[in-house]
Amino acid sequence: MKFGILVNEGPYNHQATDSAYQFAKAAIDKGHQVPRVFFYHDGVYNSTRLTEPPQDDRNIVARWSKLAEEHNVDLVVCVAAGLRRGIKDEVLAPGFRISGLGQLVEAGIQYDRLVTFGD
Amino acid sequence: MSDVTGGIDMDDETEGVVKKFMFLNRKAPYGTIYALESLEVVLISAAFDQDVSLAFVDDGVYQIVKGQHTKGIDQKNFSPTYRALEGYDIEKLYVDKDSLEARGLSEEDLLVDVQVLDSAAMADKMAEQDVVISF
Repeated sequence: MKFGILVNEGPYNHQATDSAYQFAKAAIDKGHQVPRVFFYHDGVYNSTRLTEPPQDDRNIVARWSKLAEEHNVDLVVCVAAGLRRGIKDEVLAPGFRISGLGQLVEAGIQYDRLVTFGD
Repeated sequence: MSDVTGGIDMDDETEGVVKKFMFLNRKAPYGTIYALESLEVVLISAAFDQDVSLAFVDDGVYQIVKGQHTKGIDQKNFSPTYRALEGYDIEKLYVDKDSLEARGLSEEDLLVDVQVLDSAAMADKMAEQDVVISF
């Protein structure tokens, strides 16, 4: 099955981003596909390479980048939500790209399921 | 890239596919940005010619209450946008009856024409959807 994922919350502040990652990983491990994760609202903060968590904590941003590289997941950051919050091309971690909300709607149309993580 | 469709060129996989999209609005219009940014997705979805509906439950019913004045909190009053949805062929607006009543509101307090549904009917509407995006 193809799953699209929508992440609506910022990293570290909220469980949503961890749950979204764990869901994506579990789905892929079970043989499903996660062609795209879309980051919206404060979820856009998942994409910045300026993130430096303490060494004994998980690195949420690097974790997404690794997932993208290993499983060809398209990590899309909403341009309008990003601009509001200072997320631009120059701060993106590997594997992320900035595009429009159409990418979210397209995921809803093309994939079998669209799963939302957020409040 | 097309501005209308939010950054994608409609390809063969998307063109001609019509799914039932419901945007489930659960939060007050101000205090958090969810309602405002959600409305942006709704408008984009209209460009994809999908079968779009909106549901308002819990504090989400406040999003479409008449007479919003936001000058005092220095934020944009985006409530007129709900009235423009008709122009995008988005005419299916459902409101949860219990949520209205719990807040002392009735259909007359709302700035758009809606269908008020009890929770069983609302659950049926949700079950019909292909995609429910909840904000």
